[in-house]
Amino acid sequence: MTVTAPDQAPVAEVPKAGATRLVDRVFRMRELAILVVFLVMIAVTQAGNSAFLSEQGVKDLLLNATILVLVATGQTLVVITRNVDLSVGSTLGISAFAAGLHLQNGGNPAVAVTLAVLLGIGFGLLNGLLVSLGQVPALVVTLGTLYIIRGIDSIWVGSRQITAADLPGGFVDFGSGGLSAVPYLALIALAVLVATAYYLKHFGGGRELYALGSNPEAARLAGIPVRKRILAAYTVCGALAGLAGAMYLARFGNVDSGTGSGYELTVVSAVVVGGVAFTGGSGSVYGAALGALLLTSVNSVLPALGVSSVWVLAINGVLLVLAIAVDRIVALRVASALKKRNARHA
Amino acid sequence: MTHPSDTGPAPVLALKDISKSFGAVRALRDVSLELFPGEVHALAGENGAGKSTLIKTLAGVHRPDAGQVLLDGEPVVFHGPGDARDAGIAVIYQEPTLFPDLSIAENIFMGRQPRRALRRIDHRATRDATTALMRRLGVSLDPDRPARGLSIADQQIVEIAKALSFDARVLIMDEPTAALTHSEVARLFGVVRALRDQGAAVLFISHRLEEIFEICRRVTTLRDGAWIASEPLAGMTEDDLVRRMVGRDLAELYPKQDVTPGEVALSVRRLTREGVFTDVSFDVRRGEIVGLAGLVGAGRTEVARAVFGIDRRDAGEVVVDGRKLTNGAPSTAMAAGLALVPEDRRAQGLVMDMSIERNIGLTGLGTTVRAGLMDRGAERSRSLDWAVKLQVKYARIADTVNTLSGGNQQKVVLAKWLATRPKVLIVDEPTRGIDVGTKTEVHRLLSWLAADGVAVLMISSDLPEILGMADRVLVMHEGRLTAEIPRTDATEETVMAAATGRTAA
Ligand SMILES: Nc1ncnc2c1ncn2[C@@H]1O[C@H](COP(=O)(O)OP(=O)(O)OP(=O)(O)O)[C@@H](O)[C@H]1O
Ligand SMILES: [Mg+2]
Repeated sequence: MTVTAPDQAPVAEVPKAGATRLVDRVFRMRELAILVVFLVMIAVTQAGNSAFLSEQGVKDLLLNATILVLVATGQTLVVITRNVDLSVGSTLGISAFAAGLHLQNGGNPAVAVTLAVLLGIGFGLLNGLLVSLGQVPALVVTLGTLYIIRGIDSIWVGSRQITAADLPGGFVDFGSGGLSAVPYLALIALAVLVATAYYLKHFGGGRELYALGSNPEAARLAGIPVRKRILAAYTVCGALAGLAGAMYLARFGNVDSGTGSGYELTVVSAVVVGGVAFTGGSGSVYGAALGALLLTSVNSVLPALGVSSVWVLAINGVLLVLAIAVDRIVALRVASALKKRNARHA
Repeated sequence: MTHPSDTGPAPVLALKDISKSFGAVRALRDVSLELFPGEVHALAGENGAGKSTLIKTLAGVHRPDAGQVLLDGEPVVFHGPGDARDAGIAVIYQEPTLFPDLSIAENIFMGRQPRRALRRIDHRATRDATTALMRRLGVSLDPDRPARGLSIADQQIVEIAKALSFDARVLIMDEPTAALTHSEVARLFGVVRALRDQGAAVLFISHRLEEIFEICRRVTTLRDGAWIASEPLAGMTEDDLVRRMVGRDLAELYPKQDVTPGEVALSVRRLTREGVFTDVSFDVRRGEIVGLAGLVGAGRTEVARAVFGIDRRDAGEVVVDGRKLTNGAPSTAMAAGLALVPEDRRAQGLVMDMSIERNIGLTGLGTTVRAGLMDRGAERSRSLDWAVKLQVKYARIADTVNTLSGGNQQKVVLAKWLATRPKVLIVDEPTRGIDVGTKTEVHRLLSWLAADGVAVLMISSDLPEILGMADRVLVMHEGRLTAEIPRTDATEETVMAAATGRTAA
């Protein structure tokens, strides 16, 4: 016999409004916090420079964030599974060029965009296969594909360049146009963002990404098709990087062999600032999108305040470290709160 | 010795001449097993006998090297755990397999959530179903709470709920009761009986023999991966079963030596951690084994953690051998001669992908260093010594810990701390999940350590173990020390009364 409670087992009623609310609230607060930082920054800038929030100003702000939001959304899917995709910058560059080349030769814009997305899907599949089949960490695999894709891009593009003049007018106009202050591109990114968030929350496949990032071994035992899910995450990530390439072309009209190089670090920063944990299993695409918005806005805020843009990198770095510190502290707090709850419940 | 299958129903699930090896380790050799509907079947054997391996073969985790799995008499091949689940086989694994970031409800229904239109997850139905399951098991766990930070007992409850959440034809449970209280076990057995009466086949593993006799009709025994017997339990005694498992008669289970306690080695004064435990004071003398009893959740583990310095204390002091310990600093506790064998060994006690040798060696880094370098020879001989003393079953001492059976992993943690030759040893549930043979061995060891002058504080939920081993029993109830009972007065009644708060001491 073991030490027992008397056998009138306590049929306790299940507590409502318990720990989750707490955790849920914490995470919502995490996103809220970025939003607040963002708004304060904008308000301060507006106070210092009343021209900052003109229609064009707002539009620029959104346009700058759009491409990063899109790529960060895809990256979030991968990071949730406890992996990473460092090749997104290269994928963006090569698909932008492919789309541009097609348009330069008088092709149809819809076909050009499709081409960019398909190219992204191809590289996403490649990454996904390598990561899910090989027993090699994603960091190493995608560092490899980063260089491979960039290498192919350099050989293919050479010293060629695509400029806005090579592109159909409608395409370029679409890239900079919008409904008053809201650019068309931002609307597309928003649609992708909302759809992805909805999928992650309400569909089995989405929840399984969190599950397998949270505990890969348990995911296998729960019968989750782990490889298939990882492959899917990378494919979508690649597709969005491809789409971002087409958008890049529409927005800047200017593509060469160096386009998008180093971009992966910005993307990863946005995701981390947005509260997506690198250890997998937690975070949201909304957080990542807010992270992207915050980081890109620093770029516009500093010049508006007359501060040299050499500060941009340093400030981004500070934001990053701050975000990690906050996440760590919050995690510890939550853990100890949950522990205490245990002690009482038992 | 076999079931009269020509008269009864056909087996739902059967294993025929299954063999499975991991490298040089032959975990299963020509094992056969038949599970009949409406029957609870026990699987018995020592640590490392192959019980979990057999279960994982049934569940589609491992593919057998030879032999067949038969479902309704037809040979099947499970390509993964999903296949087995789709065939109606629910499994509770020995080690909890939860997603720490996800809610309890999501943990239970992952992979087969209730759906609404367009195959979207019905979150409300998921939560309601979880609430219903929790009620069926008689526990109060918030379905929305993340699994992170759940106690081992609660993790086990979630695992059980997971297995019960679909209409399984076969329910397989690998030591589901190891961390549960008596009332929780009673609840679980109630649910299992109901399932059995509805015609489910149940396979049950436990090292607590009385549980096997309580709920099972037949038992299959394994020894060193080989099938020994499948037979009805009616007419068998616990001793018969033990003899089947270990192949010999056992020595006395509680070999306690009488000692005269020496001076105080561990002194805890007014220890408090807000909201967890309050005003806990006690002494442990050299040579003494002090039992710390109480219900699961009474705060015993938390006291041990605070004494050792893993958790900070809000008030009070801890003195080891006359040295006051710094708050929240396990390293000073270790330096003062304190050792703690934690309850959650897998998470807190082991580096899973390091070798047995290195795991045991970790605590001795100070003593096995020569001229600033690790003395690997010394580390190896020290580790071997303790691995042998505790009868750890392994192929090579350089194998990683995650290849060991659950019970053998526990022995490695024990070895790791015993190897520090502590002055004060705190053991938290030292024999949970350990087979009867080794249990005797652990008891003998504790008794020997005490006789050697070590002060031992033993936390245990196994009342006979407390009564059999402790010189003095401390009892906790809801975060307070409610009684101190000398060996001569300690009975199940007196300890239980204090543990449930029915008396004031
Ligand atoms: N993945 C693996 N790699 C190598 N050896 C393994 C592996 N899994 C199990 N083994 C070995 O197989 C044998 C049987 O292990 P198993 O886990 O089935 O024992 P068990 O009967 O469940 O014991 P316990 O009561 O301790 O849980 C052990 O010797 C173990 O070391
Ligand atoms: Mg086992």
